[in-house]
Amino acid sequence: MATYTLMRSSLGLLHGLKCSFKSVGQIPYAGALTRSKVLQNARCYSVSHLSVQERIEQKRKAALTGGGQLRIAAQHKRGKLTARERLELLLDPDSFVEYDMFVEHRCSDFGMEADHNKYPGDSVVTGQGRINGRLVYVFSQDFTVFGGSLSGAHAQKICKIMDQAMMVGAPVIGLNDSGGARIQEGVESLAGYADIFLRNVMASGVVPQISLIMGPCAGGAVYSPALTDFTFMVKDTSYLFITGPDVVKSVTNEDVTQEELGGAKTHTTVSGVAHRAFENDIDALLNLRNFFNFLPLSNKDPAPVTECHDPRDRLVPGLDTIVPFESTKAYDMLDIVHGIVDEREFFEIMPNYAKNIVVGFARMNGRTVGIVGNQPKVASGCLDINSSVKGARFVRFCDAFNIPIITFVDVPGFLPGTAQEYGGIIRHGAKLLYAFAEATVPKITVITRKAYGGAYDVMSSKHLRGDVNYAWPSAEVAVMGAKGAVQIIFRGKENQAKAEAEYVEKFANPFPAAVRGFVDDIIQPSTTRKRICRDLEVLASKKQTNPWKKHANIPL
Amino acid sequence: HIRVTLCRHVHVKMADEAVCVGPAPTSKSYLNMDAIMNAVKQTGAQAVHPGYGFLSENKEFAKRLAAEGVTFIGPDTHAIQAMGDKIESKLIAKAAKVNTIPGFDGVVKDAEEAVKIAGEIGYPVMIKASAGGGGKGMRISWNDEETREGFRFSSQEAASSFGDDRLLIEKFIDNPRHIEIQVLADKHGNALWLNERECSIQRRNQKVVEEAPSTFLDPDTRRAMGEQAVSLAKAVKYSSAGTVEFLVDSQKNFYFLEMNTRLQVEHPITECITGLDLVHQMIRIAKGYKLQQKQSDIPINGWAIESRVYAEDPYKSFGLPSIGRLSQYQEPLNLPNVRVDSGIQEGSDISIYYDPMISKLVTYGKTREEALKKMEEALDNYVIRGVTHNIPLLREIIVHPRFVSGDISTKFLPEVYPDGFKGHMLTAGERRELLATAAALYVAAQLRSQKFLGDLRVSIVPAESRQWELCVELDKGVHMLGVSRAGNNYTVEIDGEKVEVSGEWNLASALLPITINGKHRNLQCLLRTAAGEITLQYLGTSFKLRVLSKLAAYLSKHMPEKIPEDTSSILRSPMPGSVVAVSVKPGDNVAEGQEICVIEAMKMQNSMTAAKTAKVKSVHCKAGDTVGEGDLLVELE
Repeated sequence: MATYTLMRSSLGLLHGLKCSFKSVGQIPYAGALTRSKVLQNARCYSVSHLSVQERIEQKRKAALTGGGQLRIAAQHKRGKLTARERLELLLDPDSFVEYDMFVEHRCSDFGMEADHNKYPGDSVVTGQGRINGRLVYVFSQDFTVFGGSLSGAHAQKICKIMDQAMMVGAPVIGLNDSGGARIQEGVESLAGYADIFLRNVMASGVVPQISLIMGPCAGGAVYSPALTDFTFMVKDTSYLFITGPDVVKSVTNEDVTQEELGGAKTHTTVSGVAHRAFENDIDALLNLRNFFNFLPLSNKDPAPVTECHDPRDRLVPGLDTIVPFESTKAYDMLDIVHGIVDEREFFEIMPNYAKNIVVGFARMNGRTVGIVGNQPKVASGCLDINSSVKGARFVRFCDAFNIPIITFVDVPGFLPGTAQEYGGIIRHGAKLLYAFAEATVPKITVITRKAYGGAYDVMSSKHLRGDVNYAWPSAEVAVMGAKGAVQIIFRGKENQAKAEAEYVEKFANPFPAAVRGFVDDIIQPSTTRKRICRDLEVLASKKQTNPWKKHANIPL
Repeated sequence: HIRVTLCRHVHVKMADEAVCVGPAPTSKSYLNMDAIMNAVKQTGAQAVHPGYGFLSENKEFAKRLAAEGVTFIGPDTHAIQAMGDKIESKLIAKAAKVNTIPGFDGVVKDAEEAVKIAGEIGYPVMIKASAGGGGKGMRISWNDEETREGFRFSSQEAASSFGDDRLLIEKFIDNPRHIEIQVLADKHGNALWLNERECSIQRRNQKVVEEAPSTFLDPDTRRAMGEQAVSLAKAVKYSSAGTVEFLVDSQKNFYFLEMNTRLQVEHPITECITGLDLVHQMIRIAKGYKLQQKQSDIPINGWAIESRVYAEDPYKSFGLPSIGRLSQYQEPLNLPNVRVDSGIQEGSDISIYYDPMISKLVTYGKTREEALKKMEEALDNYVIRGVTHNIPLLREIIVHPRFVSGDISTKFLPEVYPDGFKGHMLTAGERRELLATAAALYVAAQLRSQKFLGDLRVSIVPAESRQWELCVELDKGVHMLGVSRAGNNYTVEIDGEKVEVSGEWNLASALLPITINGKHRNLQCLLRTAAGEITLQYLGTSFKLRVLSKLAAYLSKHMPEKIPEDTSSILRSPMPGSVVAVSVKPGDNVAEGQEICVIEAMKMQNSMTAAKTAKVKSVHCKAGDTVGEGDLLVELE
């Protein structure tokens, strides 16, 4: 009511009052915000003599051009699209419903209150829309307005759509292109970041959250993408770092370029911060549309099922010959994955990081599944710190969002050495173990060759509640390889070769595991697709719950 | 283990009983006589069919079998020896009144002698391995310099392929056809000629497309060649199946080239037109039976074409070997009158150890036209994924006007494609068909991606549309297309022209059978990405297209151009293979065209040369290394 009085006194015109009421209705939080809004409208009215309708039109037009044609041209020159162009590409045609187009920043210091420093909508475009008909909430930071910097209003807009996404149960996609905090606003900007971080955390495991970095993202801002489920980047035009090259130089005296420090290549190959990189804005957005189809809208929805043309009972003859008989010889786990999944389509997550494990999404008879596989081609497919962390995060995402997990095992064990031990392989390896053990989604495991030692246990074994565990005839489930085992069992004894042959005969096959029921069946590799499709249908109604807890305590 | 390992291969699966003769390198397995003799003993085999290649023309092997009392399914040792040596075979042929090519009858000792002899015969000359065949160890030379180089390469190749580096030199007949006569002789002095095979379409002296009969021979020439072939066979007391190869010039003069004392790779086409099973005949003859047929019983029924489907890249010198795993493989055996002889299956590896042949694709028809039409269809329905293959080239050859009219010679490929093979050149109409198909496929995929099944908590709002405006890129050309749909039928408007495309649009199938403007076409979709890239195999050649919405296409002008790497300073291996020799070291100055290293793949030696005159910056390979396609070999400054 205080607001009402204020307006009456300052405007005195019924016309202006109506208009202001409309603006107030758009803004969820009253108080200081409303006040400044009204004052600003009043000022606007007093100078322009325009009708409300004209003013609405004018504001809308201004909002649509963001920072103006000059800045749009500059954005294009950098090889980047504008915030709105990006949304147009990401969403189905005419599906975007925009929120908060009239929100403006509230800073009055440093001349920011001047009219020419106000942009309707401020430096972010928010709303909801559809991707292939399915609901999604989006925000797209507008680099043409104050370099996409985050003001209180900007943060508030993002928070609004995140809150609604949580209520409705739909994913949030953020298109990041921001220079950082709105320095003029000081602590209000920092508060804005924290508001977003909090919502990222609250939404985690409730609705899928995806960040696509399409420009700079530096300082505290990086923690929002870091908290989301997937971070994708655009090659050559996007950067993620805590501090830029200048600060790095002054603090550690390192000379490093933006690209080396936090470019797409760095984060997809070295740091593991980003999950995938794309060639340019268009490539990234089109791929994101494709990726979105794999995800359920929320944790209340089952994994999506799309129309599938690939026969569920298709045999894959090539798999019968794929595993080489020499156990030291590598093969490409991706060949197995491509052969088995629908239409050879596999959306790999982190394809260039910790390549000794392969993770990603695919479909089986139209239903989204998460694929985890050791990659014998890289470091013999061993588990190490990075691959464990990569695998664990992926498994937990699948479990959170009801996506069945199919695991292909060919693992010689954990990588030995001081680098790994000092790096905390015990702590990090435990993450993957933990993730598989706690997962209650359907879990199907196929041992293609080696399943040695503790790594056997980790890789979605029967003992960790694997629902269906298969072995191929080439499977070897054992504590370790024959040579190492014999050296321990027959240390100092003669005739090691004979002992080794005996060990191979006894353990280098699927029988020891099969006779104990640790694998449910030994299957012909060519029938793997058929078997998995059938199992997934049965397991679709799987219900399993873990004991009540406030939250679990994964070894971080 | 060995037993199980072998069972993975087609030839082993087909066998009732299999014995492993050794590891992949042929010198340790298929060329290892001890191993094969052991296999013979182990199984108690009464006879050995040596196939083609390997030990099929090895007299030592035949002798060893004879010593063990095992029948060699092939000619007698003396015939193998006489015909296996190119010098001796020419002398015998001359004596048997068979037309021969002028040349030097003897072994060439060194490069300088080669130059001298070449000068005497007169250029061009052909340098070839005395023990060889199949184009290996064979080089054509037009001057002294090339003779020296050719001598070096040929002797190296001859040594590595046949373990015998002896070479000979003869007159090279310009613009010849390669026509061969199949002969069949028993051990009772009877011999027949089973008509000819036209094998002129060759690259690097290896056959690519063969047909029987030849369009070029008239009955008289055919008879003359057949009779000479039979008289040669009789002169060496030949028994079993054999092939007498001739070069035929434009005046229908023919010259004896060599006799292959074994079954030929291309024998199926002779089987097709004569109705005789040559392997069956060879076994009968080896057992000592008389031939059942007379010369007058040998017919020419219809026409047969054979395409050699190779795992090689036809865009590089008409075919440089490629290797890989056949991720998808489907032979066109659903079609009638198609025969596919192959030893591989889905999941097989094409390795560097053997000839990169995938299969022999044979089609048959009452007329040549019918056989060619069938070949087009068969090539279009042949699914090969995971390795680069030569179907684009084969598909082009069989529809080329010169080939269709029968106007061919062994120079066909270099003459028709002087700048190298570049794939099918689209006509305006074909281009429209291709663009329309890509657009329709794109829309079909887009529509499917909106189809979610099951109960949905949040309802779907699909973008209902019957009209699409698309932009399709093909070879830097950009086309605006309007697409409208009625069920599975798409009408695509391109530059004012309407193209009707309909099909089942099965997005999982490797084959994409569709009807374009009422015409049935078999395309294949090789790639379809989320970013709109679509690769279609159309008329044999694969074309890369990109389909974008009008909006995406409009905005793509803002996308930064990616700068490709400068390739003139970098020498990469064009194929997988092993490094035989590296002729430079860092700091050396090299001239444009100068040899930098030699890569051997599938027993072929390839000289890698500098693309520009520069200083060598770094060398990344050494003799003996195994390199993959695209591996960095040498960097120039």
